[in-house]
Amino acid sequence: MNKIYAVSAAPHVKQKISVSSVMWQVVMALVPALAVAVYFFGIQALMLSLYGVTAAVVTEGLIQKFRGVAVTVKDGSAVLTGLLVSFNINVAAPWWIPVVGAIFAIAIGKQVFGGLGFNVFNPALLARAFLVASWPTLMTSGWIPTNMNSLSGITNFADLSTKAQDLITSATPLGVAKTIRNIDFLGASDTSIVMNKLAEIATLKNLFWGNVGGVIGEVSVAALLIGAAFLAYKHIIEWRIPVSYISTVFVLTYIFGGVDGLFSASLLLPVFHVFAGGLMLGAFFMATDMVTSPVTKKGRIIFGIGCGLITVVIRLVGGYPEGVSYSILLMNIFVPLIDRFSIPKAFGEVKK
Amino acid sequence: MGLKTFPGGIHPHHSKKYSENASIEEMTLPKKVVIPLSQHIGAPAKPIVKVGDEVLVGQKIAEAGGFVSISMHSSISGKVSKIGKFHHPAGTMADAIEITGDGEDNWIELVDDSVEDLSIEELKKRISEAGVCGMGGAGFPTHVKLSPPAENPIDTVILNGVECEPYLTADYRIMLENAEEIIAGLKLLMSAVNASKGIIGVEANKPKAINHLKELTKNEPNIKVVGLKVKYPQGAEKQLIYAATKCKVPNKGGLPMAVGVVVQNVATAIAVYEAARYKKPLVERVITISGKIVKDPKNIKARVGTFYQDLLEYCGGTSSEIAKVISGGPMMGFAVPTLETPMTKTSSGVLLFDSKEAHKDDENTCLRCGRCVDVCPMNLVPSLIVNDVKYDDFDGALKYGALDCVKCGSCAYVCPSHIKLIQWIDIAKIKIAEKNRK
Repeated sequence: MNKIYAVSAAPHVKQKISVSSVMWQVVMALVPALAVAVYFFGIQALMLSLYGVTAAVVTEGLIQKFRGVAVTVKDGSAVLTGLLVSFNINVAAPWWIPVVGAIFAIAIGKQVFGGLGFNVFNPALLARAFLVASWPTLMTSGWIPTNMNSLSGITNFADLSTKAQDLITSATPLGVAKTIRNIDFLGASDTSIVMNKLAEIATLKNLFWGNVGGVIGEVSVAALLIGAAFLAYKHIIEWRIPVSYISTVFVLTYIFGGVDGLFSASLLLPVFHVFAGGLMLGAFFMATDMVTSPVTKKGRIIFGIGCGLITVVIRLVGGYPEGVSYSILLMNIFVPLIDRFSIPKAFGEVKK
Repeated sequence: MGLKTFPGGIHPHHSKKYSENASIEEMTLPKKVVIPLSQHIGAPAKPIVKVGDEVLVGQKIAEAGGFVSISMHSSISGKVSKIGKFHHPAGTMADAIEITGDGEDNWIELVDDSVEDLSIEELKKRISEAGVCGMGGAGFPTHVKLSPPAENPIDTVILNGVECEPYLTADYRIMLENAEEIIAGLKLLMSAVNASKGIIGVEANKPKAINHLKELTKNEPNIKVVGLKVKYPQGAEKQLIYAATKCKVPNKGGLPMAVGVVVQNVATAIAVYEAARYKKPLVERVITISGKIVKDPKNIKARVGTFYQDLLEYCGGTSSEIAKVISGGPMMGFAVPTLETPMTKTSSGVLLFDSKEAHKDDENTCLRCGRCVDVCPMNLVPSLIVNDVKYDDFDGALKYGALDCVKCGSCAYVCPSHIKLIQWIDIAKIKIAEKNRK
């Protein structure tokens, strides 16, 4: 009768969830996108991903050993970072690009701040910014076309001028969209034809399935949506950030996206902007990174709107065709501030 | 239209299958009981017996220690054998009176009055004399709840039959087996505060109880039985009031009476009825003994002060080694170090877990995933409170709502980093209280 039992604080039952189950489930959610990349780009897409993952895991383990803290490479978070770094790389890049990126992501993006949970920036995006700044040509050119010799996803272009055809076949969808914002480049009539072709159903279909040029992880909207649906079902990502991010891009590109002034775009142009580039990958898998996004519900919406706003500003008036990664990195800076100013009212909050 | 509920919350496995079909059994008399002097919120009771005194069942052995306090009565007949420190269900050591039984069951004299003829004053006096407190867990003295200040008129009495804690089935069984007394108790509670409406809130996973209560109240236009969505913590007072009436109890220490509501547990309603009709003190209650390893999980009507050891023996013991003993439900209950702990007026259950169920996860760093924010029924930011507590910033913790936490444990339940959020928030509450006292 004198047996003593261990005590602990309530609650005494817990949901079956852990840091590693969260991380591995996100990795699993990225597998469809990787599979599509292999289908369109070949086995090199998988190889580059493996280089990135290996480099990330080894870097994390070595630094943790050096710091004298527990080695937690099995929790999947380094695997995830390595995979996301590789997903942001052109399949034509040499093997050392994902390796250098993953080392940078883990060492500078994550461990310098104290490891998982303490980093300010999304490590994979920080690495991407570093790679773009260091090897701009390797990162933003030499795109490999998928099976139809058109990078942009536009398939019927025989009736266009040679200059327009060159553009369509050699630039990514957002690259085309960016170039023709300078109307003088193709002339008014070709510009509006290409504009319409970007937003026609055939092009959008190619974007949806992934039959376009781009970095490894971003090409297939369908595959990314499958992964995102899985994470939403598992309550690992929550709707607020992706929905507010994507809707903001949709609305702003509808208003400002046309080349003939406000509201000059068709309703399919915002769909193009949502499908093209890294928005799907960014909105569902990068902006939702738990560590670097706000915890409050209102904060997540502010964060999503901010990402959408910056993305559209960069795409339409900035120097780069694509703005997803910089928008998320910029909004990462504001996360503590957003949290501070979006504390919810407690249930039954008394008005002062 | 969906079932009524509140924002936030979680869906733990309800694990009620072990005991939900076990009819209430009256337990054999224990040889010894220990009656803690503090089984309630408020001042502890003061002993009025000394070692060696002979006592009857229902005899008062400790006087209320103030207005917000209750009196204690012996739950068996016998001799006062010790007054001192004993294990308490909250996991602490606390003052209590030990009574060694004489093997008989000699009661004080009870009455059998018509409850309709009682004046409100007499009714409240009988409730207070019987030492009735809220039997759902917190143990707030019932006569205090029934004496709101004149500026807070009460129009609704809500009976809490939600029982949202996993495993527990004691309230469910009394709603099936003692529904007439519950309804009679509700009517007394309504007349005590002059309320025109009575609501019995029951979670929708107990359709038998809902139908039974509805059947019995079909000719009572003022009493409504409300089925509520199955979600934890549906039975938390503020969440129950919101689900049933759409009224939000003000935060920062606001009480249900601010929105014209008094909430009582269904078991309390029975105690009120018995106190009013028979002048019977609260000396016994129904308690669930459950857990996967309990050989024969039961709902037992047992005397206050019965040791967990005796309750467990009555259920045939366990099939494998016990690793954890929990007073109450698994979400908000207390782990106790020994089976030599007595049940009290607020004990709704004793749970026995084996080493597999008694998880011992290490805390990881916060991922900032925000799942705690999503489930908090009080709309707080639990992770930021805990962050501030870890850096001794109690002003920050206060700002993020530490004092409004109802300790339901939903945040800790969903945390992938296994952070013991409730424990950290408790530290914040204590430190903030210390600071306010200075």
